Amino acid sequence: MRYGTNASACAALVRRDLLLTWRRRGDALNPVLFAVIVVVLFPLALGPEPNQLARISAGIVFVAILLAGLLALDTLFRGDHEDGSLEQLVLSPHPLPLLLGSKIAVHWLTTGLPLIVVAPVLAEMLHLPRSVLPVLLAALALATPLLSLFGAVCVALTVGMRRSGMLLALLVLPLYVPVLIFAAGACNAAQSGLAYLAPLLWLGAALALALVLAPLACAAALRISIS
Amino acid sequence: MNTLTLWFHKFGSPPVFHRIAVRLAPWLFGFAVICGLAALYGGLVVAPADYQQSDAYRIIFIHVPCAWMSLFAYFFMAANAFIALVWRIKISEILAMASAPVGAVFTAITLITGSIWGKPMWGTWWTWDARLTSELVLLFLYLGVIGLYNAIEDRRQAARAAAFLALVGIVNVPIVHFSVNWWNTLHQGSTVRLLGPSRIDESMLWPLLLMALATHVWFFASVLVRARVSLVELEGGKEWAREIALGKGEPA
Repeated sequence: MRYGTNASACAALVRRDLLLTWRRRGDALNPVLFAVIVVVLFPLALGPEPNQLARISAGIVFVAILLAGLLALDTLFRGDHEDGSLEQLVLSPHPLPLLLGSKIAVHWLTTGLPLIVVAPVLAEMLHLPRSVLPVLLAALALATPLLSLFGAVCVALTVGMRRSGMLLALLVLPLYVPVLIFAAGACNAAQSGLAYLAPLLWLGAALALALVLAPLACAAALRISIS
Repeated sequence: MNTLTLWFHKFGSPPVFHRIAVRLAPWLFGFAVICGLAALYGGLVVAPADYQQSDAYRIIFIHVPCAWMSLFAYFFMAANAFIALVWRIKISEILAMASAPVGAVFTAITLITGSIWGKPMWGTWWTWDARLTSELVLLFLYLGVIGLYNAIEDRRQAARAAAFLALVGIVNVPIVHFSVNWWNTLHQGSTVRLLGPSRIDESMLWPLLLMALATHVWFFASVLVRARVSLVELEGGKEWAREIALGKGEPA
């Protein structure tokens, strides 16, 4: 029996995952809706004073997007685990890290990217200064793939558990702390007129590292929890 | 096979480990208690009061050894996790999982004594200082390992998953520490040094080191006892475990 090339296997996987998301496109919007709701709650709790909101807006946007990403993580392997296709992925002759990498990429495209698209709206609702918006978007573009990659490792460990929500948050949180610090730190630095490039570069370096290592770690974790 | 690997294999066999743990644990506990009491006497009675913090500094004799232990326990856990994942040694899985709760308690004691110390010195129970924050994240890492271990039904699979998480955590700890340092120094410099400008005096140093020794020994005793219990649980069906349970004396 001949197998297709690695590239064709990844392409088939990407096409399948995109199609599955498209067929349930209502569900795909849930993280965005969640992020909007979280952001709306903050002015209601803190009062509508624009200056105060502007000061903390970048942090709120990041926390809202981080939480939305956390909720969306659950869908990464759940369906595949329930219908058994995850086992087939593990058994397939193609390298598992590569397959998982393309799964994570699709997951980022369908959850991370919509969150970046909605971020300017969230920032406007919280009166973030316009000049900071490009920094916010750059930080998000670097941070959301990191969240997906780190999250995938932890999801792989909890795959097959019935109620993993709270535990997943506990596992993922320590990994997200540095990402949140650098991403929000860049925005805060830009807002107070300081140099903001260094934290963005750190995020970029972390992303380069995680792009290589996280799929490998994810594959190792998946093999442990599926065995 | 040379002597070292032979010893390693022998120690890795559950009945032998069980026998050693049973013999060793009471001695270790006793040693730790004596050392700890001596260190407390040295710290609370013999050592002079600090010229800046007067008697309030004496909590250092609990706080600092526990802080060292919180890191040491994590490294011990991660080292065992690595051995467990690479060479699939059952004892290492059990030792790694046994050290997680002990390390978590040391971390919690560090945080609690730190905030008790912080109230009179800094005027606040909690400050978002880099050290405090990374210690808190360390506690979350411990809780994650314990939570994952308890959430999976199959004990050995649970141990392997949690061991993997511990290894991810050991990569994460320095990154968190670095990022938190960067984050705090961006906003404000560290305003309070722990010990003031003076280096620690010898009369304060020996109780501190003695207490550190006591906590280390206590940690190992505690891990041995925990590991012994989970070993008997895991090996419940085996002959040697049954013999112990029926009180037929120690297995040969």
